[in-house]
Amino acid sequence: MRAIAIVAAGVFRDSIRERIAYGLVFFALLIMAASFLLAQLTAGQDVKIIKDLGLAASSVIGLFIAIFFGISLVTKEVERRSIYGLLSKPVTRSQFVIGKYLGLAVTLVINVAVMAAALYVVLAYFEWSTPGKAKEAWEAAAIDPALIKAFALIAVELLVITAVALFLSTFSSPFLSVALTVAVYIIGHFGDDLKHLDNIVESKALATVGRGVYYVMPNLARLDVKSAVVHAVPVSATHMFFSTLSALLYVAVLLTASTLVFARRDLK
Amino acid sequence: MDVIRTEGLTKHYSTGFWRPRPYAALQDLTFTVGQGEVFGFLGPNGAGKTTTLKLLMQLIFPTAGRAEILGRPVGDLGVRKRIGYLAENPYFYDNLTAEELLQYFARLFGYSASDCRRKASQLLDDVGIGAERRFQLRKFSKGMVQRVGIAQALVNDPELVFLDEPMSGLDPIGRREVRELILRLRDRGCTVFFSSHVLSDAEALCSRVAIVVKGRLVANGSIDELTAFRAQGWELVVSGMSDDVLKRTQAGVSTVTSLGGGRFALELPLTTPPERIIPELVKSGASIVSLNPVRATLEDFFIAQVRAAKDDRTLGNDVVNKRAAS
Repeated sequence: MRAIAIVAAGVFRDSIRERIAYGLVFFALLIMAASFLLAQLTAGQDVKIIKDLGLAASSVIGLFIAIFFGISLVTKEVERRSIYGLLSKPVTRSQFVIGKYLGLAVTLVINVAVMAAALYVVLAYFEWSTPGKAKEAWEAAAIDPALIKAFALIAVELLVITAVALFLSTFSSPFLSVALTVAVYIIGHFGDDLKHLDNIVESKALATVGRGVYYVMPNLARLDVKSAVVHAVPVSATHMFFSTLSALLYVAVLLTASTLVFARRDLK
Repeated sequence: MDVIRTEGLTKHYSTGFWRPRPYAALQDLTFTVGQGEVFGFLGPNGAGKTTTLKLLMQLIFPTAGRAEILGRPVGDLGVRKRIGYLAENPYFYDNLTAEELLQYFARLFGYSASDCRRKASQLLDDVGIGAERRFQLRKFSKGMVQRVGIAQALVNDPELVFLDEPMSGLDPIGRREVRELILRLRDRGCTVFFSSHVLSDAEALCSRVAIVVKGRLVANGSIDELTAFRAQGWELVVSGMSDDVLKRTQAGVSTVTSLGGGRFALELPLTTPPERIIPELVKSGASIVSLNPVRATLEDFFIAQVRAAKDDRTLGNDVVNKRAAS
């Protein structure tokens, strides 16, 4: 455990000094600020626009970081040969893989927390600057604690995507890993549609394939409660718990597979 | 006691996209390294030196054969605590400073935070990294990264250290400092295994060397053993030799060179043993100044071995052709 924690701390320290990560988070904050201006132009929908854009920006920027940093966790180390120094120390390959993952996971969770805090600041200012009468048209309060649920599931989704990116990068090229991770992300958001493909298509074979893909791919649609939160639809604790649990189990399976693949890989 | 032992270590790669062919990067490598030795692993570019080191570090896995380090299989976590490794042209994390990198690696060996700081500082002093230690590694030159690489290989006071081309990228001062460092390591009982194609370094430092060519071991032994059988004769320096004696002795001598001040260097062929000529010279009043064997240098030996291996068509990296030939 000690080696994993040290490797994770190393990744965290390295990634918080990556200028590109700061750039992406700054971009998300900029979108949130811009959403405030946009909201001024739309009567009645103003607070929803800020929440929508804020959550979407957090999700997309987090996705960028998860995919590109997730893939580079292993590939960059192998291509640049920095892994040689690390693996000659008392660190097993599985400790390396898990430590790398956890280091980036912590970075991502902190990024999401920063973006959540920024959105709350924008919303707090908006609430303060909005007349009392106008607030009556809002479906939910500006400073809605339910937003935390959406951010929490964004973070869980990013943990899944990072695990997918890491797993794919243990055996495929960086370009292919990016393409496949994006494909998993897209398919993962159509999980329920895949499961019930027989309602849409007539081909039994296609429906079976769709169901098969549904069981292999992560069900990211369950982790997307952004729209529900913005429209004040309740998100139950049970949904939060089981969605998170199944996502974390998926992460555990992917990490196990990553360590198994990486354990026998020649680092040329 | 052997600290490194390999038996039939072999590594094949697949090359080619449409029709993959096995390529033998290393073939049937068997050697041992004793405790406290400075062992030079020599070979031309592409001979299989780095492949061997990667196999010993378990960065790659052998196609056949096995290797042990400190009596345990390679990859044993307990062994890793007792060894150090410098990769060829090392690369580390751009965003960390030299100090942070060393502390990071030191923590993996279980040292306390204060010990990590102390070790990092001491090692960076040893390899000549001054105030730059607080710069991020992205700003380091190749030679400075090499120095940091050497420092990280020593962070755990290893019993055995593997250095892949340790002099690469270093300026003359750096090369001398690394040579001195290797000798200091030897003096404190550390075994040093280093790969190089710089033969002067090997000649100056190594107690024993192995030469690999085209993935095969072609020579293994002490420099004296490897070069002695190629002794070409003797060089005898005498003074106070009269012209008469000079004429008489010239019969069994290859060349006579005047060194000035009444001293002459006589080159004796192997057919003229020095013990036959020395008594005659002494009897005639000449003084013996020195007697040295004229030997091939390690470079002569190395070049002869490499040329012989290249001429030998049975040696080669192409596994398919070799199988067909056999």
